[in-house]
Amino acid sequence: MNRTVLLWLAVGWIGFLILPWYVIEDGFWGLDWLFDGYPLDRDFGPAWAHWLAGDKLWLTPVPLFLLLPFLTWGRLKTDPFYAKILIFSGLGGLGYLAAQGFAIGISGWESTLLEGFYGATEKRQYGLGYGAMGVASAFLFFLTQGIAARGAINGDVFVVSSIGFIVAIVGAFIFFPVIQILVSALQDNEGAYSIGVFLVKFTDRKIWGLDCLYTTVGCGAAWNSLFLAIVVGASTTALGLVFALVATRSGFRYRKLLRALTVLPIITPPFVIGLAIILLFGLSGIVTQFISDIFGVEPTRWVYGMPGIWLAQMLAYSPIAFLVMIGVVEGISPSMEEAAQTLRADRWKTFTTVSLPLMRPGLANAFLIGFIESMADFGNPLVLGGNFDVLSTEIFFAIVGAQNDQGMAAVLAFVLLCFTLSAFYAQRRWLGRKSYTTVTGKGDGGTHALLPDRLRWPVYTIAFSWTGFTLVVYAMILFGGFVNTWGLDHTFTFKHYITAFSVSWEDHSLQWTGAAWNSFWTTVSIATISAPLTAAVGLLTAYILVRQTFAGKDLFEFGTMLSFAIPGTVIGVSYILAFNVPPIELTGTGAILVLCFIFRNMPVGVRAGVAAMSQLDKSLDEASLTLGANSWYTFRKVVLPLLRPAIIAALVYSFVRAMTAISAVIFLVSAEYDMATSYIIGRVENNDYGLAIAYSTVLIFVMLASVLVFQGLVGERRIGRREPEKAAPGALEQPA
Amino acid sequence: MPIQSKAASVTFDHVSKVYGRTVTAVDDVSFVVEAGRLVTLLGPSGCGKTTTLRMIAGLEMANKGRILIGDEDVTTLPATDRDVSMVFQSYALFPHMNVGENVAYGLNVSGMEKNEARDRANEGLKLVGLSGYGERLPSELSGGQQQRVAVARALVLEPQVLLFDEPLSNLDAKLRRQVREEIRDIQRNLGLTAVYVTHDQEEALAVSDRIIVMNNAVIAQEGTPRDLYEEPADVFVADFIGDANLVDVEIRSIDGDLAEVQMGPLTLTLPHRNLKPGIVNAAVRPESFLLSTAADAPGISGTVTKASYLGNHMEYAVTTDLGELFVVDPDVVDIIAPQSGVKVTLANHGVTLVGK
Repeated sequence: MNRTVLLWLAVGWIGFLILPWYVIEDGFWGLDWLFDGYPLDRDFGPAWAHWLAGDKLWLTPVPLFLLLPFLTWGRLKTDPFYAKILIFSGLGGLGYLAAQGFAIGISGWESTLLEGFYGATEKRQYGLGYGAMGVASAFLFFLTQGIAARGAINGDVFVVSSIGFIVAIVGAFIFFPVIQILVSALQDNEGAYSIGVFLVKFTDRKIWGLDCLYTTVGCGAAWNSLFLAIVVGASTTALGLVFALVATRSGFRYRKLLRALTVLPIITPPFVIGLAIILLFGLSGIVTQFISDIFGVEPTRWVYGMPGIWLAQMLAYSPIAFLVMIGVVEGISPSMEEAAQTLRADRWKTFTTVSLPLMRPGLANAFLIGFIESMADFGNPLVLGGNFDVLSTEIFFAIVGAQNDQGMAAVLAFVLLCFTLSAFYAQRRWLGRKSYTTVTGKGDGGTHALLPDRLRWPVYTIAFSWTGFTLVVYAMILFGGFVNTWGLDHTFTFKHYITAFSVSWEDHSLQWTGAAWNSFWTTVSIATISAPLTAAVGLLTAYILVRQTFAGKDLFEFGTMLSFAIPGTVIGVSYILAFNVPPIELTGTGAILVLCFIFRNMPVGVRAGVAAMSQLDKSLDEASLTLGANSWYTFRKVVLPLLRPAIIAALVYSFVRAMTAISAVIFLVSAEYDMATSYIIGRVENNDYGLAIAYSTVLIFVMLASVLVFQGLVGERRIGRREPEKAAPGALEQPA
Repeated sequence: MPIQSKAASVTFDHVSKVYGRTVTAVDDVSFVVEAGRLVTLLGPSGCGKTTTLRMIAGLEMANKGRILIGDEDVTTLPATDRDVSMVFQSYALFPHMNVGENVAYGLNVSGMEKNEARDRANEGLKLVGLSGYGERLPSELSGGQQQRVAVARALVLEPQVLLFDEPLSNLDAKLRRQVREEIRDIQRNLGLTAVYVTHDQEEALAVSDRIIVMNNAVIAQEGTPRDLYEEPADVFVADFIGDANLVDVEIRSIDGDLAEVQMGPLTLTLPHRNLKPGIVNAAVRPESFLLSTAADAPGISGTVTKASYLGNHMEYAVTTDLGELFVVDPDVVDIIAPQSGVKVTLANHGVTLVGK
């Protein structure tokens, strides 16, 4: 019998016979159930025990589907029956599991239709646990093996199974929750479907109101968000271009420093910049106080609202625009500019007629990225928003506020999703696949033309003053944690750090007495768990995208990149809506945070992997295949070792994003699993800026340190000349 | 244990490969590569030769037809499961493994014990003249050495068929000759079945037992190098192999195997190759035109328009009533100056009738 089929049969039967079928209350890693009445206790029993007790009779077909694959005994893969059996077992099993999971929930039948048909039931079931997960994955991989046996992708089981796995998890954790939003948007508070309710909520003045045009009342959140996103997109693109020009077209000596500065916002939790803006321009901010002292102007709250959010988002997202633009600006072949110059164009003409037009697609790309980021931003509007309502924060207040209107949150999320998806679609449609660099891979010895004089000074001025401003903002962040009360009492103190991070020695053991430790360790452990998982899922997806061709690949790619365009608040709401009830019950666990990070950050891993893998000659894989290795061996021994830089990038980025994320997290944290960012936001809401700033500073340094640690762990790619003393004799063995 | 050969034949039985719905890369192709022979797939880029090779390797799957290696039908077998190894144009050496690890890779995959794999890898390196290079990284070798490592890596598996995908195109001209001779020697000495893809007709003529010329997804002609050069089946093959001049001629009459042919003022007797009387093409090799500057010599009148000196021979362009002729002349002492009038006659070899 085929070994892989046997392996998954084992997993399936262990899931059915040994592991608890339903989710365990003590959390994913808790093992108390082993000693607490297992296997006959109703809470921990495996499927057969529930069945024997006579109360989950609908589980009966599950073992039948699990028995089917035994029929492949003694049959060859090429036997059509082999494929049919596996497909039937996998598809049938999965379908049945899903159907019964959705049909019967905590309170019996989920649908009144079924209840009418079968009569009310006292039976109920909870979220699926280890056992059900094992059985479901067994069915999934029976299905993929069956498809592979039919000859899909040259019968490659590893590749078909990977595709199946990724389709399944993306379906379960991206598409399913997002669809739940649409469903909830159409439901009234009693759960009945109604277009009318949707229309009433959708046309609410809080979303589309235009009062700000003729009264002092604010406009609707949708208009605010749209307007802000356009302004932020345009201004970050302009700033990004300015910095890119300084970095590539000037004789400026410290260009590398500019690149280093761009790392700062990436390791800064987004709202921290908002905090620094408050410290500078808020009611008791330094600048505000200074100006009111000199000019006698009454301090105002002008920074709360559109101007403050705009400033903070500029600081946060310009570096991203810079990274996009520098790729484009450097990508313009110098020989084109040189050609223009030999054709008698001066520098200004060259810039306006050749360089700038070639950058146009890059500008559009940077704009759309800034647009999406601004739309999705949650931290800065929350801290600085004032009366300026935007969609992402309105969603939050609809859920946590006094209203607790999930339907309204879903409608708002739907509107936000429409905006970001349109931008995402536009980006892919117009530019996504087009190569807008002119680098050909042929040696191109020329150098870029320097900026024309009349452009140089404005560009320098903007770049240097913005850099100065950024440095001031970061100085505020560093400094703000060390003063007693900002704006009132600027005496130096460690008290915020002590409150947050004190440790003491009591009862012969170390006590983490600081207020921040709990959320800090949760954050670190969740980020540490999710980073390698994100990288793994991302790189596997990248491998499939770059190296394999199959029907529906475009759709597959779109699905995996989709979560980039889904704002965190939308993900947060959708996870609450989707995973609060069986069959997948996750709210309040650490797992939901890990899952959220994996799927939020997956596109980063995919992009890093795709970029790196496109550089790897496909004949390396093919050489390995013709030498008798299968695709799994090839992936491990050839592709992965050569992808180390991409692995570092994916690991670091997903770790850092998990540490700094706030928008989705704030919906998903619980008392037990509180994250650093949501703890800080809580402090900010209590006006405890000192502690918030101190904690943020610590986070920034932790992330810097972890970036370096990851770099060390993964190591350098070993293809260059090795140190002579390292070349051990007899090094014919495989590298460790 | 020295490296041996398990050479097997390769059979293509009406094989087609279509990409997407419309692009036909290989169209109903059949051929047999006998065990122990080196057969070259030759043709211009896009003719389907690389696709054919990749179908032997199992890197592409045929849409129609059957592929056999030895007696086994491998049509649906993926690359991993075929007893075939391949030498790539880009060498495809794993950059993160040293030379020894590269060569032992396939052996390790097949589960061979480590010491044994190492010994065999060294054996393979010895065969290609790279003993003692096992510790180096591929990036520390020259292009020619890297290609030899790639050959060793393929050889140590003792494959039933060894495939070469334009193995020399990344090497400079001088090295190309040397490596191709080494490949040919190893193939002959071990009695390997080899399929070799190239677009360089000289290389194909030099290394092959047989050549399969492909054009537009089908086989244009198959035969020994000499067959192809001397008796091209059609205009394409005549032109692709050895730069033939194509000249309009008229078959006057046919007598047995021979035809009486009129080429301008010249009357020739050539094998008719089943062509009917009428206007046909004659493929004339550049070295088969003889030039004479004597005013009263017989032959086709023409004017030299270009003369290039290439050291060991001259190349002339001659304008005649029959069109512009490309002529190679071994005489590099008495050079004919441009604008000279010449008479063109034919040598008694290198002239073949081909269809219109």
